[in-house]
Amino acid sequence: MIEKIGIENLLILSALMFFIGVYGFLVRKNLITMLMSVELILNAVNINFVAFNRYFYPEKLQGHFFALFVIAVAATEVAVAIAIIISLYRKIRTIDVEKASEMKY
Amino acid sequence: MEQVLFYIFAGMILVFSVLTVTSRRILRAAVYLLFVLVAAAALFFLMQFEFLAAVQLTLYAGGIIVLIIFSVMLTSHVSEKLEPVKFGKAAFAFAASAAGAALTVYTLLSYPFPEVSAAEIDTSMKRIGSELLGYQANGYALPFEVISILLLAGMLGVIIIAKRSEK
Amino acid sequence: MINDTYSFTVAIPLIVFFSFLIIGLGFGRLKPMVSGIFGTMALLAVTALSYFTAYRYFFVDGMMNGSFQKFIAYDALWMSFTDSLQVRMGVLLDPISVMMLVVISTVSLMVHIYSLEYMKHEEGFSRYYSFLSLFTFSMMGLVLSSNIFQIYIFWELVGLSSYLLIGHYYERPSAVAASKKAFIVTRFADFGFLIGILMLSGITGTFDFLKITDPGGSALTQGSAVGFMGLSVMTWSLLLVFAGAAGKSAMFPLHIWLPDAMEGPTPVSALIHAATMVVAGVYLVARLFTVYVLAAPDALITIGYIGTFTSLFAAVIACTQFDIKRVLAFSTISQIGLMMGGLGVSGYTGQEGLGYTASMFHLFTHAMFKALLFLCAGAVIHAVHTNEMTGMGGLRKYMPVTNFAFLIGCLAIAGVPPLSGFFSKDEILTAALEKDKLLFAVQYAVAGLTAFYMFRLYYSIFWNSDRQYHSKPHESPFAMLFALIFLSAASIVSGFIPFSRLVTPDLKPFDSHIHWAVAIPAIAIAAAGILIATLMYRKESGLPAKTAAAFGGLYRAAYRKFYIDEIYIFITKNVIFRYISAPLAWFDRNVVDNAMNSIAALTNLTSSRIKGLQSGQLQQYAYVMVTGVIIVVLAALYFMNA
Repeated sequence: MIEKIGIENLLILSALMFFIGVYGFLVRKNLITMLMSVELILNAVNINFVAFNRYFYPEKLQGHFFALFVIAVAATEVAVAIAIIISLYRKIRTIDVEKASEMKY
Repeated sequence: MEQVLFYIFAGMILVFSVLTVTSRRILRAAVYLLFVLVAAAALFFLMQFEFLAAVQLTLYAGGIIVLIIFSVMLTSHVSEKLEPVKFGKAAFAFAASAAGAALTVYTLLSYPFPEVSAAEIDTSMKRIGSELLGYQANGYALPFEVISILLLAGMLGVIIIAKRSEK
Repeated sequence: MINDTYSFTVAIPLIVFFSFLIIGLGFGRLKPMVSGIFGTMALLAVTALSYFTAYRYFFVDGMMNGSFQKFIAYDALWMSFTDSLQVRMGVLLDPISVMMLVVISTVSLMVHIYSLEYMKHEEGFSRYYSFLSLFTFSMMGLVLSSNIFQIYIFWELVGLSSYLLIGHYYERPSAVAASKKAFIVTRFADFGFLIGILMLSGITGTFDFLKITDPGGSALTQGSAVGFMGLSVMTWSLLLVFAGAAGKSAMFPLHIWLPDAMEGPTPVSALIHAATMVVAGVYLVARLFTVYVLAAPDALITIGYIGTFTSLFAAVIACTQFDIKRVLAFSTISQIGLMMGGLGVSGYTGQEGLGYTASMFHLFTHAMFKALLFLCAGAVIHAVHTNEMTGMGGLRKYMPVTNFAFLIGCLAIAGVPPLSGFFSKDEILTAALEKDKLLFAVQYAVAGLTAFYMFRLYYSIFWNSDRQYHSKPHESPFAMLFALIFLSAASIVSGFIPFSRLVTPDLKPFDSHIHWAVAIPAIAIAAAGILIATLMYRKESGLPAKTAAAFGGLYRAAYRKFYIDEIYIFITKNVIFRYISAPLAWFDRNVVDNAMNSIAALTNLTSSRIKGLQSGQLQQYAYVMVTGVIIVVLAALYFMNA
């Protein structure tokens, strides 16, 4: 089944997805959209893990479990990040990342 | 058949990823992200990781996306459009990401991957469950516990952050 | 030797210390009278313990094989730098420390009781009592010290508490100035003391008094061989130690702080500046007496000369002053000079040790009668609200008890038998006569002057004619009178203590008796002094003014205290400030400060240039990071392939 799809294809897909996420993180000013970019990055990594697991170590499940844990961490991260974003919004009435620079120097 | 499916999903992922980071309506961006995640889940199915795919669907699509959409609704109007990205900023970011991507792809293509074994993979619930809670070789009890503590810490942190701002 | 049965003596300073802590920390929360009574009670306990210690030491088990023993009653390692450099904290009991315990606790207790009334209506009553406790603690720690390092610590603590108590009325600029003067002058002298300690312990290799003063020990012989500017290193170190002693004991030319210290409350003057702290210098010399007499006789005779000269010098000034506390202050300087003189003429063994014994004896009796005189002066000042002799007169009618007590004090200090001063002064004169005729002659003259100026003081206060008083002077309340009566009794009887059987330099008792060949002329000159004073001051007359005019320049110089203060001011202002401090200040301000300021300015400049990097723009950080990672990966690829 999968041997027809080269692993390079999956890895290139994941790399592109990763850098699309990086691009989004760099250009988006809205904190929530930045958070979405981070989700993209995490998913790219997950695909990577899964691909390596599937292609080279089919007798083990390490990549699978790593992906699972990444999902759990991502869920926590999103929850905390959104709590911070909302409390920031209450304070300065915006979630523009360029305006949240009170802590500089 | 698999190849076709893969290219469809890969295409979906790339297109919707780009849309996610470029759409000027946040809500739409969130929905595009949902598509990306679903397509990724489909890839997992394709690679016979049914459990992971299910988790991806329920947790990401069902949990995180809903959370993001809620927070979007709390912080901005649905009809609101984000201001367009400044060209200079976009150009620099694009240059950096494109350079990174080019570098990675170049490395990938120049690396001689070994032949792929066609062995079937056993991802039954029984195996997953016993390895997740196993403490011998190939057991993941310790990371499992650590993750549960992380979740607890995250929960407490969220409560405290949300509470402090209420005066 | 170690003696555990005396280990209770460590409680003597500690009780007072806790009393200080409790009163000091309870500040403001305790009612003033409560803290006063608490302090007095603590001191009563300490006095009882001291008397018990003295009784046991002198009459029960202090004597072994015909000589008194030095006991280490308590010993603890405090700081251990190396095996050979260790600082211990201990309690050393020997005749002089036990005797000093009795002196300090007695006078301090009397002052505590006296102050209950005297300071009753003053601000800062609790503060006063806590500092009194601090002082008593420091002084007891000083006399009980088992090593020279410990004595230095308590030496400074005593100086500190003296500073605090002189400055008790800190709203008065003169009190502030006086306390600063006392602190700086004694501190200056202590610098010499510190160097002396370092040299002495460097030579002998130990801080421990027992080892340093062991007459057969190796410590004494070391250091005599190495010479510096014609004197042995040992002599130099002992002279430097004496510099510290001279500062505390107000020896010429470091005496200038003591008259000014009279700005403090009068009971404080009685305790610190008459009976205890100012004799710390005498005590220090006595503590190291074995070293002085055996290893550096030159230093010892120098002490004798300085002491005797100071004695004469201060006695002359005392004849011309009008502030009654200052008269007493100069009298104190004069008497301490006599004690130093006594130490200076002393030998080590047997009868030759008479000077040492006499000096300690005089220290004891002087503490009693000088404290008595000061407390009487306090009572008088309390009654008439002035320090000036010209504002007093005829007080014997209003204050009969004080009058009587003051008279006893004057007779005792003048050396009239059978009061205590007679016996101790007689021994000092005898010792001087045997050793050095010049010193004897000067001390003899001082005895006459002492009688004269004390009775000048007495007559001016209690006889003469009445003055215009704001309110009718009244006798003091009971607590004050109690202290006066107790100290009067002590002044009368303490002369009969057989000191030569108790306190001697080699710790072996010897017999001494009154030397009538010296005593009769001494009584005669005292009587002459009293007689002249009676003629001049008993009734108001023009006689004092005429006499003053007859002495002319000498009188004016003495009245201005021989211009010593002016000389000090001239030296500090015109020499030290102008030629040493001013260039140093210039260097500090222009070179040191500028260097530091430039460094600071440079740092500021750099930081303001680079602070733009900390923009708070999250995406900027992320961008830099991504670029950095790409560069690192590129570099890694390049170098790994190469």
